[in-house]
Amino acid sequence: MHEVAVQHGVGEVYEPSLFGTYSKKIGMWLFLLSDTLTFGALLFAYSYGRISNPDWPTPFGKESIQNATVMTGCLLSSSLTMVLGVLAARRGDRSWTRNWILFTMLFGSAFVVLHGMEWSKLIAEGMTPFKNPWAATVPQFGGTFFTLTGMHMLHVTIGVIYLGVVSLRKAFLPILLAIWAIVWFATPADNVFHIGVHVLLVGLVVAAVILILKPKVYDAHDVEIAGLYWHFVDLVWMFIFPLVYLMSTRVK
Amino acid sequence: MHTIATTHDEGKGQYFWVWGVLLLLTAVEVVLAYRQVFQPVAMLEALMVLSIIKSAMIIGYFMHLKYEIAAMKWVMMVAVCACLCLMCVFFADAARILQLGVK
Repeated sequence: MHEVAVQHGVGEVYEPSLFGTYSKKIGMWLFLLSDTLTFGALLFAYSYGRISNPDWPTPFGKESIQNATVMTGCLLSSSLTMVLGVLAARRGDRSWTRNWILFTMLFGSAFVVLHGMEWSKLIAEGMTPFKNPWAATVPQFGGTFFTLTGMHMLHVTIGVIYLGVVSLRKAFLPILLAIWAIVWFATPADNVFHIGVHVLLVGLVVAAVILILKPKVYDAHDVEIAGLYWHFVDLVWMFIFPLVYLMSTRVK
Repeated sequence: MHTIATTHDEGKGQYFWVWGVLLLLTAVEVVLAYRQVFQPVAMLEALMVLSIIKSAMIIGYFMHLKYEIAAMKWVMMVAVCACLCLMCVFFADAARILQLGVK
């Protein structure tokens, strides 16, 4: 009796979905729109400084541009593997879903490593958030550069952890712990990776809480939502790359 | 009960095609910038046009917005584009500083 009473008329209780799709996807889209404004504000702040300072430094030589181009290729390729993973999930092919997502994580990790190396090079040349060796009258270059690219790198790292949780679930936790420990112990104390790797530790705690409190098998919808987040990270880089790197190219 | 459309006809081929175009446009951007083909303002305009084309392809194909219903496309894109355009109001002040100095 109770079960019948609960199920009766369920279809009429809830209004149809606003955009004709499932609510998790709409939730992710709304989050991404709000994140667009976050990155938009950072990009506009960078551009404001760029326009109002004729002495804006142009520190990115051939090596940096090549590095940033490879990074862009990594992100674009990761978007391709991600969308192939979404297709595999829709087909119900769990094995290839996991494989494509792992390829996506690999490209994303390559992006973070290459970007960390670029940061290390700039820091070695004397750039900090408060000064730079190329233009003493434009101290805000370092601050805006590190904030903008650091925020993006944080999003990429969160994305890799998110995909790891969706594809490997609890098996991802020891892998994440091992990567954190290896990078932390293998790098010198003043290295960018030695400090930045703690993001993985925070991610590990959050992922563990989610996986322990709400264990589930992630379905095709979850993979598609994770894909939306990943493509957004790729999308943001399509503006950071030309505005930050290509507009500050040093040609000898 | 309402119907929720979550699938649509698509093939792998179109995603490889989109990926190839995105890589090609990136290569064009790098060549334009590294060879300093245009003066800075024209360069910025060219790079932004290419970036908007790339982002439209990512949103449309990779994020599947092309296959969502019209209400979702228009409500979301118009809202975010309007907000981003409003931020451009600050550029007038940036140009003022450039021409008149900080006063």
